[in-house]
Amino acid sequence: MRPSRTIDLSTGLFVLLGFAAMLFLVTQITNREFSLSTGGTYRVNAQFENIGGLKVGAPVSMSGVTIGRVESIGFDMDALKAAVTLRIDGRYNRIPEDSDASIFTAGLLGGQYIGITPGGAEESLHDGSRIEFVQDAIVLENLISKYLFSQAGKEKAAEPSPQE
Amino acid sequence: MTGLGAELLASGRGFVQNVGATTRFLLHLVALTPAGLLRFRLIVEQIYNAGALSLVIIMTSGLFVGMVLGLQGYDLLQRFGSEDSLGTGAALALLKELGPVVTALLFAGRAGTSLASEIGLMRATDQLSAMEIMAVDPMRRVVLPRFLGGAISVPLLTAVFIAVGLFGVQLVGVQFLGVDQGSFWSQMRGAIELGDVTEGLIKGVVFGVACSLIAVYEGYNAQPTAEGVGRATTRTVVISAVLTLILDYILTAIML
Repeated sequence: MRPSRTIDLSTGLFVLLGFAAMLFLVTQITNREFSLSTGGTYRVNAQFENIGGLKVGAPVSMSGVTIGRVESIGFDMDALKAAVTLRIDGRYNRIPEDSDASIFTAGLLGGQYIGITPGGAEESLHDGSRIEFVQDAIVLENLISKYLFSQAGKEKAAEPSPQE
Repeated sequence: MTGLGAELLASGRGFVQNVGATTRFLLHLVALTPAGLLRFRLIVEQIYNAGALSLVIIMTSGLFVGMVLGLQGYDLLQRFGSEDSLGTGAALALLKELGPVVTALLFAGRAGTSLASEIGLMRATDQLSAMEIMAVDPMRRVVLPRFLGGAISVPLLTAVFIAVGLFGVQLVGVQFLGVDQGSFWSQMRGAIELGDVTEGLIKGVVFGVACSLIAVYEGYNAQPTAEGVGRATTRTVVISAVLTLILDYILTAIML
Protein backbone atom coordinates (compact mmCIF):
# COMPACT_ATOMS: atom_id res chain seq x y z
CA MET A 1 0.00 0.00 0.00
CA ARG A 2 1.34 3.39 -0.97
CA PRO A 3 1.48 6.20 1.59
CA SER A 4 -1.97 7.67 1.96
CA ARG A 5 -0.88 11.16 0.98
CA THR A 6 -0.01 10.00 -2.54
CA ILE A 7 -3.38 8.31 -2.76
CA ASP A 8 -5.16 11.46 -1.65
CA LEU A 9 -3.26 13.55 -4.13
CA SER A 10 -3.95 11.36 -7.15
CA THR A 11 -7.56 10.77 -6.14
CA GLY A 12 -8.02 14.52 -5.81
CA LEU A 13 -6.44 15.09 -9.21
CA PHE A 14 -8.65 12.41 -10.74
CA VAL A 15 -11.85 13.81 -9.25
CA LEU A 16 -10.97 17.37 -10.25
CA LEU A 17 -10.13 16.23 -13.78
CA GLY A 18 -13.47 14.42 -13.99
CA PHE A 19 -15.41 17.47 -12.90
CA ALA A 20 -13.39 19.73 -15.20
CA ALA A 21 -14.29 17.42 -18.09
CA MET A 22 -17.98 17.60 -17.12
CA LEU A 23 -17.84 21.36 -16.91
CA PHE A 24 -16.19 21.50 -20.31
CA LEU A 25 -18.90 19.29 -21.82
CA VAL A 26 -21.73 21.31 -20.31
CA THR A 27 -20.45 24.78 -21.12
CA GLN A 28 -18.28 24.45 -24.20
CA ILE A 29 -20.11 22.15 -26.59
CA THR A 30 -23.77 22.95 -25.92
CA ASN A 31 -25.83 25.85 -27.14
CA ARG A 32 -26.42 27.45 -23.79
CA GLU A 33 -24.91 30.84 -24.48
CA PHE A 34 -28.27 32.59 -24.31
CA SER A 35 -29.18 31.51 -20.82
CA LEU A 36 -25.84 32.95 -19.73
CA SER A 37 -26.15 36.31 -21.46
CA THR A 38 -26.81 39.15 -19.07
CA GLY A 39 -29.07 41.48 -21.06
CA GLY A 40 -32.15 39.26 -20.66
CA THR A 41 -34.38 38.24 -23.52
CA TYR A 42 -37.72 39.19 -24.99
CA ARG A 43 -40.37 37.28 -26.90
CA VAL A 44 -41.81 38.04 -30.30
CA ASN A 45 -44.59 36.15 -32.06
CA ALA A 46 -45.01 35.36 -35.73
CA GLN A 47 -47.60 33.36 -37.64
CA PHE A 48 -46.75 31.27 -40.65
CA GLU A 49 -48.87 29.37 -43.16
CA ASN A 50 -46.23 26.67 -43.30
CA ILE A 51 -43.16 26.26 -41.13
CA GLY A 52 -41.70 23.29 -43.00
CA GLY A 53 -39.20 21.49 -40.79
CA LEU A 54 -38.58 24.31 -38.29
CA LYS A 55 -37.81 22.98 -34.82
CA VAL A 56 -37.82 24.42 -31.30
CA GLY A 57 -34.31 25.69 -30.57
CA ALA A 58 -33.63 26.67 -34.18
CA PRO A 59 -31.60 29.88 -34.49
CA VAL A 60 -33.12 33.25 -35.29
CA SER A 61 -30.63 35.27 -37.27
CA MET A 62 -30.32 38.73 -38.71
CA SER A 63 -27.76 39.29 -41.46
CA GLY A 64 -26.38 35.89 -40.52
CA VAL A 65 -25.78 36.76 -36.87
CA THR A 66 -27.67 34.57 -34.42
CA ILE A 67 -29.76 36.88 -32.25
CA GLY A 68 -32.16 34.40 -30.66
CA ARG A 69 -33.83 31.03 -30.82
CA VAL A 70 -37.24 29.58 -31.57
CA GLU A 71 -38.83 29.09 -28.19
CA SER A 72 -42.07 27.34 -29.02
CA ILE A 73 -44.12 26.24 -31.98
CA GLY A 74 -47.87 25.83 -31.73
CA PHE A 75 -50.96 25.97 -33.88
CA ASP A 76 -53.34 28.91 -33.61
CA MET A 77 -56.85 27.50 -34.01
CA ASP A 78 -58.40 30.94 -34.67
CA ALA A 79 -56.06 32.01 -37.44
CA LEU A 80 -55.48 28.41 -38.60
CA LYS A 81 -51.79 29.13 -38.83
CA ALA A 82 -48.63 27.97 -37.14
CA ALA A 83 -47.81 30.23 -34.18
CA VAL A 84 -44.08 30.55 -33.55
CA THR A 85 -42.60 32.31 -30.53
CA LEU A 86 -39.09 33.67 -30.89
CA ARG A 87 -36.90 34.49 -27.92
CA ILE A 88 -34.51 37.24 -28.85
CA ASP A 89 -31.45 38.34 -26.92
CA GLY A 90 -32.08 41.62 -25.09
CA ARG A 91 -28.94 43.16 -26.60
CA TYR A 92 -30.80 43.39 -29.92
CA ASN A 93 -33.67 45.56 -28.79
CA ARG A 94 -33.94 48.04 -31.65
CA ILE A 95 -35.22 45.84 -34.46
CA PRO A 96 -37.70 47.85 -36.58
CA GLU A 97 -41.31 46.84 -36.08
CA ASP A 98 -41.99 46.23 -39.77
CA SER A 99 -39.12 43.78 -40.16
CA ASP A 100 -40.00 40.56 -41.90
CA ALA A 101 -39.34 37.00 -40.79
CA SER A 102 -38.63 34.25 -43.30
CA ILE A 103 -37.90 30.57 -42.86
CA PHE A 104 -34.69 29.55 -44.59
CA THR A 105 -32.69 26.36 -44.86
CA ALA A 106 -29.04 26.40 -43.83
CA GLY A 107 -27.02 24.54 -46.43
CA LEU A 108 -28.13 21.45 -48.26
CA LEU A 109 -28.46 19.19 -45.24
CA GLY A 110 -28.70 21.85 -42.55
CA GLY A 111 -31.69 22.56 -40.39
CA GLN A 112 -34.13 25.40 -40.92
CA TYR A 113 -33.81 28.77 -39.25
CA ILE A 114 -35.63 32.07 -39.15
CA GLY A 115 -33.99 35.00 -40.88
CA ILE A 116 -35.09 38.51 -39.99
CA THR A 117 -34.73 41.26 -42.56
CA PRO A 118 -34.93 44.70 -40.95
CA GLY A 119 -37.62 47.13 -42.12
CA GLY A 120 -37.60 50.90 -41.88
CA ALA A 121 -40.08 51.76 -39.13
CA GLU A 122 -39.23 54.05 -36.23
CA GLU A 123 -40.93 51.77 -33.71
CA SER A 124 -39.02 48.67 -32.64
CA LEU A 125 -40.11 45.17 -31.70
CA HIS A 126 -40.69 44.65 -27.99
CA ASP A 127 -41.79 41.84 -25.69
CA GLY A 128 -45.05 40.34 -26.97
CA SER A 129 -45.16 42.18 -30.27
CA ARG A 130 -45.94 40.38 -33.46
CA ILE A 131 -44.07 40.25 -36.75
CA GLU A 132 -46.65 40.92 -39.47
CA PHE A 133 -44.55 40.31 -42.54
CA VAL A 134 -43.62 36.68 -42.86
CA GLN A 135 -42.47 34.35 -45.57
CA ASP A 136 -43.22 30.65 -45.26
CA ALA A 137 -40.82 27.78 -45.59
CA ILE A 138 -40.35 26.71 -49.16
CA VAL A 139 -41.81 23.27 -49.73
CA LEU A 140 -40.12 21.51 -52.59
CA GLU A 141 -43.29 19.71 -53.76
CA ASN A 142 -45.15 23.01 -54.09
CA LEU A 143 -42.35 24.48 -56.15
CA ILE A 144 -42.28 21.47 -58.46
CA SER A 145 -46.04 21.42 -58.95
CA LYS A 146 -46.06 25.17 -59.62
CA TYR A 147 -43.33 24.71 -62.20
CA LEU A 148 -45.16 21.79 -63.84
CA PHE A 149 -48.44 23.69 -64.03
CA SER A 150 -46.80 26.73 -65.53
CA GLN A 151 -45.09 24.54 -68.14
CA ALA A 152 -48.40 22.89 -69.00
CA GLY A 153 -50.00 26.32 -69.36
CA LYS A 154 -47.25 27.48 -71.72
CA GLU A 155 -47.60 24.39 -73.90
CA LYS A 156 -51.33 24.95 -74.19
CA ALA A 157 -50.80 28.56 -75.17
CA ALA A 158 -48.20 27.59 -77.76
CA GLU A 159 -50.44 24.98 -79.43
CA PRO A 160 -52.44 26.52 -82.29
CA SER A 161 -56.12 26.08 -81.54
CA PRO A 162 -58.04 24.02 -84.14
CA GLN A 163 -60.62 26.78 -84.74
CA GLU A 164 -58.11 29.18 -86.24
CA MET B 1 -35.15 -35.54 -23.96
CA THR B 2 -36.46 -35.23 -20.43
CA GLY B 3 -32.89 -34.96 -19.21
CA LEU B 4 -32.24 -32.00 -21.50
CA GLY B 5 -35.51 -30.37 -20.54
CA ALA B 6 -34.76 -30.73 -16.87
CA GLU B 7 -31.29 -29.32 -17.38
CA LEU B 8 -32.65 -26.29 -19.25
CA LEU B 9 -35.20 -25.76 -16.53
CA ALA B 10 -32.52 -25.97 -13.87
CA SER B 11 -30.23 -23.50 -15.65
CA GLY B 12 -33.15 -21.12 -16.20
CA ARG B 13 -33.95 -21.37 -12.52
CA GLY B 14 -30.33 -20.74 -11.65
CA PHE B 15 -30.32 -17.61 -13.82
CA VAL B 16 -33.44 -16.20 -12.18
CA GLN B 17 -32.00 -17.06 -8.77
CA ASN B 18 -28.82 -15.20 -9.63
CA VAL B 19 -30.78 -12.12 -10.74
CA GLY B 20 -32.72 -12.21 -7.48
CA ALA B 21 -29.59 -12.61 -5.36
CA THR B 22 -27.84 -9.76 -7.18
CA THR B 23 -30.84 -7.50 -6.64
CA ARG B 24 -30.92 -8.39 -2.94
CA PHE B 25 -27.19 -7.67 -2.79
CA LEU B 26 -27.76 -4.26 -4.39
CA LEU B 27 -30.56 -3.39 -1.96
CA HIS B 28 -28.35 -4.44 0.95
CA LEU B 29 -25.57 -2.16 -0.34
CA VAL B 30 -27.97 0.75 -0.83
CA ALA B 31 -29.26 0.31 2.70
CA LEU B 32 -25.68 0.42 4.03
CA THR B 33 -24.69 3.42 1.89
CA PRO B 34 -25.64 6.30 4.28
CA ALA B 35 -23.54 4.81 7.07
CA GLY B 36 -20.82 3.80 4.64
CA LEU B 37 -20.40 7.32 3.30
CA LEU B 38 -19.11 8.36 6.73
CA ARG B 39 -16.08 6.11 6.29
CA PHE B 40 -14.75 8.50 3.75
CA ARG B 41 -11.15 7.32 3.81
CA LEU B 42 -12.03 3.82 2.64
CA ILE B 43 -14.00 5.20 -0.29
CA VAL B 44 -11.20 7.57 -1.31
CA GLU B 45 -8.83 4.62 -1.38
CA GLN B 46 -11.17 2.75 -3.69
CA ILE B 47 -11.75 5.75 -5.96
CA TYR B 48 -7.99 5.79 -6.28
CA ASN B 49 -7.88 2.07 -7.15
CA ALA B 50 -10.84 2.02 -9.50
CA GLY B 51 -10.72 5.52 -10.94
CA ALA B 52 -7.36 7.21 -10.76
CA LEU B 53 -5.50 4.08 -11.83
CA SER B 54 -7.88 3.61 -14.79
CA LEU B 55 -7.27 7.13 -16.01
CA VAL B 56 -4.37 6.30 -18.33
CA ILE B 57 -6.18 3.52 -20.19
CA ILE B 58 -9.34 5.63 -20.41
CA MET B 59 -7.52 8.65 -21.82
CA THR B 60 -5.51 6.61 -24.31
CA SER B 61 -8.59 4.76 -25.52
CA GLY B 62 -10.61 7.97 -25.65
CA LEU B 63 -7.98 9.69 -27.75
CA PHE B 64 -7.83 6.89 -30.30
CA VAL B 65 -11.59 6.33 -30.41
CA GLY B 66 -11.95 10.05 -31.10
CA MET B 67 -9.26 9.98 -33.79
CA VAL B 68 -10.86 7.02 -35.57
CA LEU B 69 -14.21 8.78 -35.33
CA GLY B 70 -12.61 11.82 -36.93
CA LEU B 71 -11.24 9.78 -39.84
CA GLN B 72 -14.38 7.73 -40.44
CA GLY B 73 -16.71 10.68 -39.94
CA TYR B 74 -14.71 12.82 -42.33
CA ASP B 75 -14.64 10.09 -44.97
CA LEU B 76 -18.40 9.62 -44.68
CA LEU B 77 -19.39 13.28 -44.53
CA GLN B 78 -17.15 14.56 -47.33
CA ARG B 79 -19.13 12.32 -49.73
CA PHE B 80 -22.08 14.60 -49.05
CA GLY B 81 -19.95 17.71 -48.99
CA SER B 82 -20.86 18.40 -45.39
CA GLU B 83 -17.60 17.71 -43.55
CA ASP B 84 -18.29 20.81 -41.43
CA SER B 85 -20.83 18.69 -39.54
CA LEU B 86 -18.02 16.41 -38.36
CA GLY B 87 -18.00 18.04 -34.93
CA THR B 88 -21.73 17.57 -34.44
CA GLY B 89 -21.79 13.94 -35.51
CA ALA B 90 -18.72 12.94 -33.57
CA ALA B 91 -19.78 14.80 -30.44
CA LEU B 92 -23.23 13.19 -30.47
CA ALA B 93 -21.75 9.73 -31.01
CA LEU B 94 -19.24 10.22 -28.19
CA LEU B 95 -21.71 11.78 -25.75
CA LYS B 96 -24.56 9.39 -26.23
CA GLU B 97 -23.00 6.03 -27.00
CA LEU B 98 -19.28 5.60 -27.33
CA GLY B 99 -18.28 7.52 -24.22
CA PRO B 100 -20.45 5.75 -21.65
CA VAL B 101 -20.34 2.29 -23.24
CA VAL B 102 -16.61 2.06 -24.01
CA THR B 103 -15.78 3.54 -20.60
CA ALA B 104 -17.97 0.93 -18.90
CA LEU B 105 -16.40 -1.91 -20.90
CA LEU B 106 -12.88 -0.70 -20.14
CA PHE B 107 -13.79 -0.21 -16.50
CA ALA B 108 -15.14 -3.76 -16.29
CA GLY B 109 -11.91 -5.05 -17.79
CA ARG B 110 -9.50 -2.87 -15.83
CA ALA B 111 -11.15 -2.32 -12.44
CA GLY B 112 -14.05 -4.80 -12.29
CA THR B 113 -11.74 -7.79 -12.61
CA SER B 114 -9.38 -6.52 -9.92
CA LEU B 115 -12.31 -5.90 -7.56
CA ALA B 116 -13.74 -9.36 -8.16
CA SER B 117 -10.45 -11.19 -7.80
CA GLU B 118 -9.45 -9.18 -4.74
CA ILE B 119 -12.68 -9.90 -2.90
CA GLY B 120 -12.73 -13.48 -4.20
CA LEU B 121 -9.23 -14.08 -2.90
CA MET B 122 -10.23 -12.62 0.48
CA ARG B 123 -13.05 -15.15 0.48
CA ALA B 124 -10.75 -18.00 -0.56
CA THR B 125 -8.19 -17.19 2.11
CA ASP B 126 -10.88 -16.87 4.80
CA GLN B 127 -10.15 -13.20 5.42
CA LEU B 128 -13.85 -12.41 5.18
CA SER B 129 -14.70 -15.08 7.76
CA ALA B 130 -11.95 -13.77 9.99
CA MET B 131 -13.53 -10.33 9.87
CA GLU B 132 -16.89 -11.79 10.78
CA ILE B 133 -15.31 -13.48 13.79
CA MET B 134 -13.90 -10.10 14.85
CA ALA B 135 -17.43 -8.67 14.57
CA VAL B 136 -16.43 -6.56 11.56
CA ASP B 137 -19.07 -6.72 8.85
CA PRO B 138 -17.19 -7.49 5.61
CA MET B 139 -20.08 -6.00 3.64
CA ARG B 140 -19.38 -2.65 5.30
CA ARG B 141 -15.63 -2.87 5.57
CA VAL B 142 -14.75 -4.49 2.22
CA VAL B 143 -17.62 -4.62 -0.25
CA LEU B 144 -19.38 -1.28 0.22
CA PRO B 145 -16.34 1.04 -0.22
CA ARG B 146 -15.34 -0.83 -3.38
CA PHE B 147 -18.85 -0.61 -4.76
CA LEU B 148 -19.17 3.11 -4.01
CA GLY B 149 -15.67 3.87 -5.29
CA GLY B 150 -16.47 2.17 -8.59
CA ALA B 151 -19.90 3.78 -8.92
CA ILE B 152 -18.43 7.24 -8.29
CA SER B 153 -15.48 6.72 -10.63
CA VAL B 154 -17.32 5.62 -13.78
CA PRO B 155 -19.28 8.87 -14.46
CA LEU B 156 -16.07 10.86 -13.93
CA LEU B 157 -14.15 8.53 -16.23
CA THR B 158 -16.95 8.85 -18.80
CA ALA B 159 -16.66 12.64 -18.79
CA VAL B 160 -12.88 12.41 -19.19
CA PHE B 161 -13.26 9.88 -22.02
CA ILE B 162 -15.69 12.10 -23.93
CA ALA B 163 -13.59 15.24 -23.48
CA VAL B 164 -10.39 13.48 -24.60
CA GLY B 165 -12.32 11.85 -27.45
CA LEU B 166 -13.49 15.24 -28.68
CA PHE B 167 -9.90 16.40 -28.57
CA GLY B 168 -9.01 13.40 -30.76
CA VAL B 169 -11.75 14.22 -33.26
CA GLN B 170 -10.61 17.81 -33.36
CA LEU B 171 -6.98 16.72 -33.81
CA VAL B 172 -7.71 14.54 -36.84
CA GLY B 173 -10.57 16.55 -38.31
CA VAL B 174 -9.25 20.08 -37.93
CA GLN B 175 -5.48 19.71 -37.68
CA PHE B 176 -4.86 16.80 -40.08
CA LEU B 177 -7.76 16.85 -42.53
CA GLY B 178 -8.40 20.57 -42.66
CA VAL B 179 -12.02 20.92 -41.55
CA ASP B 180 -12.66 24.57 -40.77
CA GLN B 181 -12.12 25.09 -37.05
CA GLY B 182 -14.81 27.74 -36.70
CA SER B 183 -17.61 25.76 -38.30
CA PHE B 184 -16.46 22.59 -36.53
CA TRP B 185 -17.10 24.13 -33.12
CA SER B 186 -20.03 26.41 -33.99
CA GLN B 187 -22.04 23.66 -35.70
CA MET B 188 -21.37 21.43 -32.72
CA ARG B 189 -22.53 24.11 -30.29
CA GLY B 190 -25.58 24.83 -32.38
CA ALA B 191 -26.76 21.25 -32.51
CA ILE B 192 -25.98 19.83 -29.08
CA GLU B 193 -28.42 20.34 -26.25
CA LEU B 194 -27.71 20.14 -22.56
CA GLY B 195 -29.94 17.05 -22.58
CA ASP B 196 -27.43 15.20 -24.75
CA VAL B 197 -24.70 15.77 -22.16
CA THR B 198 -26.89 14.69 -19.26
CA GLU B 199 -27.96 11.60 -21.21
CA GLY B 200 -24.33 10.53 -21.44
CA LEU B 201 -23.66 11.21 -17.78
CA ILE B 202 -26.82 9.39 -16.65
CA LYS B 203 -25.67 6.40 -18.66
CA GLY B 204 -22.28 6.68 -16.98
CA VAL B 205 -23.89 6.61 -13.53
CA VAL B 206 -26.07 3.60 -14.36
CA PHE B 207 -23.23 1.65 -15.97
CA GLY B 208 -20.98 2.49 -13.03
CA VAL B 209 -23.48 1.09 -10.54
CA ALA B 210 -24.11 -1.99 -12.71
CA CYS B 211 -20.45 -2.85 -13.37
CA SER B 212 -19.35 -2.25 -9.77
CA LEU B 213 -22.28 -4.28 -8.46
CA ILE B 214 -21.49 -7.25 -10.70
CA ALA B 215 -17.80 -7.12 -9.74
CA VAL B 216 -18.34 -7.06 -5.97
CA TYR B 217 -21.18 -9.59 -6.14
CA GLU B 218 -19.19 -12.10 -8.16
CA GLY B 219 -16.14 -11.64 -5.93
CA TYR B 220 -18.13 -11.94 -2.72
CA ASN B 221 -19.92 -15.08 -3.87
CA ALA B 222 -16.92 -16.74 -5.52
CA GLN B 223 -16.15 -20.39 -4.80
CA PRO B 224 -13.35 -20.28 -2.21
CA THR B 225 -10.84 -21.99 -4.50
CA ALA B 226 -8.24 -20.78 -6.97
CA GLU B 227 -10.47 -21.97 -9.80
CA GLY B 228 -13.51 -20.29 -8.26
CA VAL B 229 -11.75 -16.92 -8.10
CA GLY B 230 -10.68 -17.25 -11.72
CA ARG B 231 -14.22 -18.12 -12.74
CA ALA B 232 -15.63 -15.18 -10.78
CA THR B 233 -13.25 -12.82 -12.60
CA THR B 234 -14.28 -14.17 -15.99
CA ARG B 235 -17.96 -13.96 -15.12
CA THR B 236 -17.48 -10.37 -13.99
CA VAL B 237 -16.18 -9.27 -17.38
CA VAL B 238 -18.73 -11.25 -19.37
CA ILE B 239 -21.78 -10.25 -17.33
CA SER B 240 -20.70 -6.60 -17.01
CA ALA B 241 -20.18 -6.27 -20.76
CA VAL B 242 -23.47 -7.90 -21.71
CA LEU B 243 -25.39 -6.04 -19.01
CA THR B 244 -23.88 -2.73 -20.14
CA LEU B 245 -25.01 -3.28 -23.71
CA ILE B 246 -28.51 -4.37 -22.68
CA LEU B 247 -28.89 -1.44 -20.27
CA ASP B 248 -27.60 0.86 -23.00
CA TYR B 249 -30.45 -0.16 -25.30
CA ILE B 250 -33.04 0.28 -22.56
CA LEU B 251 -31.70 3.68 -21.48
CA THR B 252 -31.49 4.92 -25.05
CA ALA B 253 -35.06 3.82 -25.72
CA ILE B 254 -36.23 5.67 -22.61
CA MET B 255 -34.31 8.91 -23.16
CA LEU B 256 -34.43 9.28 -26.93
